Amino acid sequence: MTETQFDFQANIRKALANRQLRSNLSFAMGSMTAKRKAIFSDAAAFEALRAQGNAIRRRALLQLPELLERLEKKCIENGMSVHWAETTDEANRIVLGILRDHHARRLVKGKSMVSEEMHLNRFLADHGVESLETDLGEFIIQLDGETPSHIIVPAIHKNKQEIARTFHEKIPNTPYTEAVEELNAIARKTLRRKFYEGEVGLSGVNMAVAETGTLCLVENEGNGRMCTTVPPVHIAVMGLEKVVEKLSDVPPLLRLLTGSATGQLITTYVNMISGPRKPDEKDGPREIHLILLDNGRSRILSDEQLRQTLQCIRCGTCLNHCPVYTRIGGHAYGFIYPGPIGEILTPQMEGLDKAGGIPTASTLCNACEEVCPVKIPIPDLIRRLRNESYDPNGSVPGHGFKRTFAEAAVWKAWALVNRHRGLNALVTKMAPVLSPILPRLGPLEAWTRGRIRPRFSQKSLHERVREKGIKDA
Amino acid sequence: MPEKSRERILRRISSALGDRRNLPSVPAPLQTPPLSREEKIEQLKTRMTAMRSEVHVVPKGDRDALWTDRLKTIVVEKGLKQMLYAPGTPVGDAVAAAWAAGDAGLPVLEPYDAPVETFKEALFSMDAGITATMGGIADTGALILWPDENEPRLMSLVPEVHIAVLDADRIYESFSEAMEKCVWADGMPTNALLISGPSKTADIELVLAFGVHGPKELVVLILT
Ligand code: SF4
Repeated sequence: MTETQFDFQANIRKALANRQLRSNLSFAMGSMTAKRKAIFSDAAAFEALRAQGNAIRRRALLQLPELLERLEKKCIENGMSVHWAETTDEANRIVLGILRDHHARRLVKGKSMVSEEMHLNRFLADHGVESLETDLGEFIIQLDGETPSHIIVPAIHKNKQEIARTFHEKIPNTPYTEAVEELNAIARKTLRRKFYEGEVGLSGVNMAVAETGTLCLVENEGNGRMCTTVPPVHIAVMGLEKVVEKLSDVPPLLRLLTGSATGQLITTYVNMISGPRKPDEKDGPREIHLILLDNGRSRILSDEQLRQTLQCIRCGTCLNHCPVYTRIGGHAYGFIYPGPIGEILTPQMEGLDKAGGIPTASTLCNACEEVCPVKIPIPDLIRRLRNESYDPNGSVPGHGFKRTFAEAAVWKAWALVNRHRGLNALVTKMAPVLSPILPRLGPLEAWTRGRIRPRFSQKSLHERVREKGIKDA
Repeated sequence: MPEKSRERILRRISSALGDRRNLPSVPAPLQTPPLSREEKIEQLKTRMTAMRSEVHVVPKGDRDALWTDRLKTIVVEKGLKQMLYAPGTPVGDAVAAAWAAGDAGLPVLEPYDAPVETFKEALFSMDAGITATMGGIADTGALILWPDENEPRLMSLVPEVHIAVLDADRIYESFSEAMEKCVWADGMPTNALLISGPSKTADIELVLAFGVHGPKELVVLILT
């Protein structure tokens, strides 16, 4: 899915017309929101935990340069290598360089949204490296040549019949079965072999601790542990905002993350990696490479309001609660991060001129803000980005892209009319006369297709007030 | 090349933040009443059982109910063929001593005593692996594992059944308490793990399925 072909309106129409998709989504989202609710049933405890999470993330962002340097220093002391990448292209080349250093032709991958952001699989394929997704959801969509539609449950848009067909068609000698247990067994068998043979493993990072140089990875399947433990080389990619100050920051964030993401008290595995295999240890990778990716994050940091975007811990719960996401699904958004978090993150990363349409996909119902475990005021940021779309003096790349000559002229006229008493009186008189023909002009025609045409009253509020004998200023 | 990006990124984020930064303080977590030893055992057991772990609480002192006897019953009932263990560790040695009696039907004990490069084939064919734990976490229901040179990381991941032995005196109320009491910040192992149940996924229609990549079963022996 490339930005140049991005037609949000068309995507939305297509998604809404797909009944199967809508039913898959509505079932899944209902179940996920219910599970989250059960975990955070104690409102006071949840609020206290959120306040902690919010403060931890804000503190970390405000100390980002120091924390990153400390993380780097600690990781190197622990025996890891640390790489910095300004762009996704640079990050891809670093990964490729490491693979080439080891003459590796195969990569086994755990789930990582940053690697999606890098379009790593496509890049590696172009350079002759097989990159295999091992998270079950990611494995399914990779077989189908798709991208994730949700940041936590990547194949949420598919039902078991669709997955059964994919396995039957794409994995050699696989009978068609809709039994979920059997589908899992097929994946287990196929991927076990790949872990066994894996030359290099790649993972994301849920948080990195500056204090100790520890990478925390959270998962249920065990594929993440396989990728980071079995192959002789482990590459971890992370957005540079994922650093936290202290080890003691991990437990509250972990609780918020697992509770919000999947309604779990804790995931099956919390994997805390602080270094490669020591000389006398029998397993674990011999090399660990940490890649810190900027890709626009340093720019987002410079605006105090928009900076809050980077507090995100990628729990995905704002997607589950969004009335727009739950109807159109992740693919319609056309970029890597869908739903409310995507609406604020994507335009800032890609530029409003490319992705400025996405923040319009919100009803501003505030559900995302209410559930966000780190209290990101998502609707405020959406409003800000919508405003920036029209603002020639904005700060987000691509700002002002929606500003048109006609609109600018209309607003100028509006300001003029409101500043001059005489003009104002004249326009107020003319409005009821002229308004019936207005809806047949330009954008108003489209606007009134789904809405009732406004009718101007014959008398203004001021006149009516005066008629009632009330003194009007 | 990496140096240049590093410097540019650090310069950008430093100037993005400026110098005047008011760091918010992190509020303290809500206090909960402390749990007794029995309550911690009970809570850990309930939470882990809810996540499909099989939990056995066994007295460790009583000669008639040595935990290794219980272990033997469990492994025989499950029909395990080979079990990976860690020689030179208290748990590994206790298992080896108990197995020396030579009861019928017990799985063959296999030591993980070679680097993974030469041990991989054996490792990937194991039915079960038995490990010690560093502790347990009552409020979420999880075990703490610190693999080391004697007890490698993959013992708790690759075999189909993972059996973990936990000393009831080492159950903490929360992850935070465990970190604090054991001063984790002073020295982390190469790999520390929390494990709360068998491997699972809900990626297909959110239906929970177990053992997708890691162990299909997690058996916990809590020694009181
Ligand atoms: S914005 Fe908040 S709710 Fe959405 S993914 Fe990020 S942390 Fe979760």
